[in-house]
Amino acid sequence: MQIFTCILLGFLLVCAISVSLSKNLLNSVLIYMSYSLVMSIIWIVLESPDLAITEAAVGAGVTSILFFVTLKKIRAIMDEDEGEDGTQDEELKKIKEEEAKGGEENE
Amino acid sequence: MSRKLSEDEYRKTKSFRLKQWLDGTKDPFLDTVEMNAQKPFEEEPEEKKQFDQERKTRLAKWVYNPKRNRDVNTFRSLYRVCAALFCVFLLITLLTAVSWLPTEGEEDRPVNNEVSERYIESGLQETGAVNIVTGMILDYRAFDTLGESHVLFAATMTVLILLRLDRDKDKKEQHANDRVYEPKNDVILQTVAKILVPPIFIFGIYVILCGHLGPGGGFSGGAIIGAGLILYVNAFGFAKTERFFTAKTYKVTSFCALACYSLSKCYSFYTGANEIESVIPLGTPGAILSSGLIFVLNICVGIVVAGTMYTFYVMFRKGGY
Repeated sequence: MQIFTCILLGFLLVCAISVSLSKNLLNSVLIYMSYSLVMSIIWIVLESPDLAITEAAVGAGVTSILFFVTLKKIRAIMDEDEGEDGTQDEELKKIKEEEAKGGEENE
Repeated sequence: MSRKLSEDEYRKTKSFRLKQWLDGTKDPFLDTVEMNAQKPFEEEPEEKKQFDQERKTRLAKWVYNPKRNRDVNTFRSLYRVCAALFCVFLLITLLTAVSWLPTEGEEDRPVNNEVSERYIESGLQETGAVNIVTGMILDYRAFDTLGESHVLFAATMTVLILLRLDRDKDKKEQHANDRVYEPKNDVILQTVAKILVPPIFIFGIYVILCGHLGPGGGFSGGAIIGAGLILYVNAFGFAKTERFFTAKTYKVTSFCALACYSLSKCYSFYTGANEIESVIPLGTPGAILSSGLIFVLNICVGIVVAGTMYTFYVMFRKGGY
């Protein structure tokens, strides 16, 4: 059990450092998610299951989803082959036109 | 020719022009409403000269200026050194603070005082909750939890004020933006959601209802239900969730839950302060309907938290629902 806890703590340390060193924001959020997951296991080892459930639901679940949505809003999540050359914008324009057409038909 | 009009008069009528148009002999719009072709863009030599001049001076001032570049480089290296020094300072401060903490496992630690003893020894008799942590959070320190629930509600309202979109044009744009990243009717996601969402909801409800018997409680259960709602909305879109959960539903349920919490806690504070015997029975410890008010308060907190999580997500993603 002692060794297991030590491994978990080491993993926690690695996660915490690599979050700040990672260049890609999406990777940072994913590592942060795994940090929360390891933390929730550590809470169980420390015999506080209440906190473990909350940490898993809030830290690994809801907070990371909010981060994802925010990254999407500021256009930080993009595929490698799109975005820079404007394909994203073209797609957006196409969908917008489609929407406009649909709206007129409905009216 | 059995015409009433003469040829010249007939040529002036509308029916003649329509006939011409239908035959294709004459297009009525040709040469009348057509736009003139646009002239190609020509740069004025004066403006171009001025622009080049400005560009040159700008480059000389900001990019090819050795003195400025040296200054920037010095600032950057100084910045790094200062950051490193600050980190070391912070590390030393924190480690010193840790070294002043009382050692683990000693008997006269400040943690081992009469408060925690009281909680552990008579928590079960006084609150009726098998899970001492829940008894502490929702009975001894229910006032803290009341504040926390209200903070959550206030946070949602702030997000609503900041991120809400009112104009139809903004909403439409947001909707189109949304569709670039969220393809509709993803089969894998929908199948997984169909299998996973009901167990998530049931687990969340179980965690809320058994908060006084085992690990869990209102906050964690509410967060689980909120996460399930977010998964559902990701798979099936807003049209499905808006059948049962809109902003109005959120406002009404949150208000009711917070009011219920406040009123029931007012009652127990009143009776506790005046040493009146409370009429709410504690029940047998271990039964599902036991521990007095804790059961009700757990459900209230769960409703508030689930709604808050879901509303946060919707506000961040769409700006209103």
